[in-house]
Amino acid sequence: MTLNDAIEALKERFPDLGVQPRPLIRYPDGRDSGQFWVRVPAERLLDVCRFLHDDPRTKFEMLCDLTCVDYLNFPDAEDRFGVVYSLLSLTHNHRLWLKVFVNDPQPTVPSVTGVWKGANWMEREVYDLFGITFTGHPDPRRILCPDWFDCHPLRKDYPLTGRGERESLPVVTRESA
Amino acid sequence: MGLTIAEPATAGAAGFSVTRLDYALDMIKKHGVNWCRKHSLWPLPFATACCGIEFMATAASRYDIARFGSERPSFSPRQADLMIVAGRVVVKMLPVLQRVYMQMTEPKWVISMGACASTGGVFDTYAVVQGIDQFMPVDVYLPGCPPRPETVLEGLMAIQRIVLEHGVRSSAERGGGLQLAIQPPQMASLGPGFGYPN
Repeated sequence: MTLNDAIEALKERFPDLGVQPRPLIRYPDGRDSGQFWVRVPAERLLDVCRFLHDDPRTKFEMLCDLTCVDYLNFPDAEDRFGVVYSLLSLTHNHRLWLKVFVNDPQPTVPSVTGVWKGANWMEREVYDLFGITFTGHPDPRRILCPDWFDCHPLRKDYPLTGRGERESLPVVTRESA
Repeated sequence: MGLTIAEPATAGAAGFSVTRLDYALDMIKKHGVNWCRKHSLWPLPFATACCGIEFMATAASRYDIARFGSERPSFSPRQADLMIVAGRVVVKMLPVLQRVYMQMTEPKWVISMGACASTGGVFDTYAVVQGIDQFMPVDVYLPGCPPRPETVLEGLMAIQRIVLEHGVRSSAERGGGLQLAIQPPQMASLGPGFGYPN
């Protein structure tokens, strides 16, 4: 089973999605890196993930990474956020990337914790840093920033030095300690 | 009784010390318990970054912080006199740092070790506190990124001078710390290739 078989299986199962694999990297001499990503609409994500996980031709048992890209002010970008799923098949030793594009306000993606349990903390991280809501997540809390944080720091419209959070902390003096 | 102590020689008429024991008795008479305390500061390494590694080097055999009586790093704030904040402190860590500081018993001292703890260093981001002295008392600042073990020892000696000078008064009464005695070398004096051309 090669990656082509997996993509053919995906096309066969979801003909309405118009699956079109695109290379992650294209080198100046025209070659590509042999790694492909597929665009998936948010409302079909769970079906696609469940299929990719279960089907014997695809068998993506492992979610290597789940992250997000903010395309604000990115040239030629149509959507604000791209949530990226990096899949690995331990059985067939092939990889596939999924991208789900969502937009302001209320960017929302269904949680894939029901397919891959390891998505739990990664989705919390993406929620924490980008403010993407994962519907159906079992524990939708922040994971890195303190609970009182009310911003999502990796968004491109968030200033690098913050909005005064690092200056507005309680002070301990010699008298009070 | 295997231990015999020679009869302490009384100080000569000129007032100088003639034996080690005599010296100790002189110092205790002069500074009281503070002279003992200064040689038995128990550090609490609050190490969050590479400065912590440099502190470990200071504690290890080559630089040997035991020579100054501080060979007992305490990982319980209740059994420590000297907090060494070694590394960057982020906004999520600052309440922890303050809680640990408040759990230390008086008298207590704080060393802000290195550029990050003192100023935030190169980490000018939303998450990193730009100098812990904005939010808690600091007695001695150590320059360096990270400071050399010699600097750490000099900082410890600065704390010892504070102990000797201010004694057992609580840190609320003591006010600020002493200046660190050493200066970092001028970059140009390190040789060609260092420092910026004027």
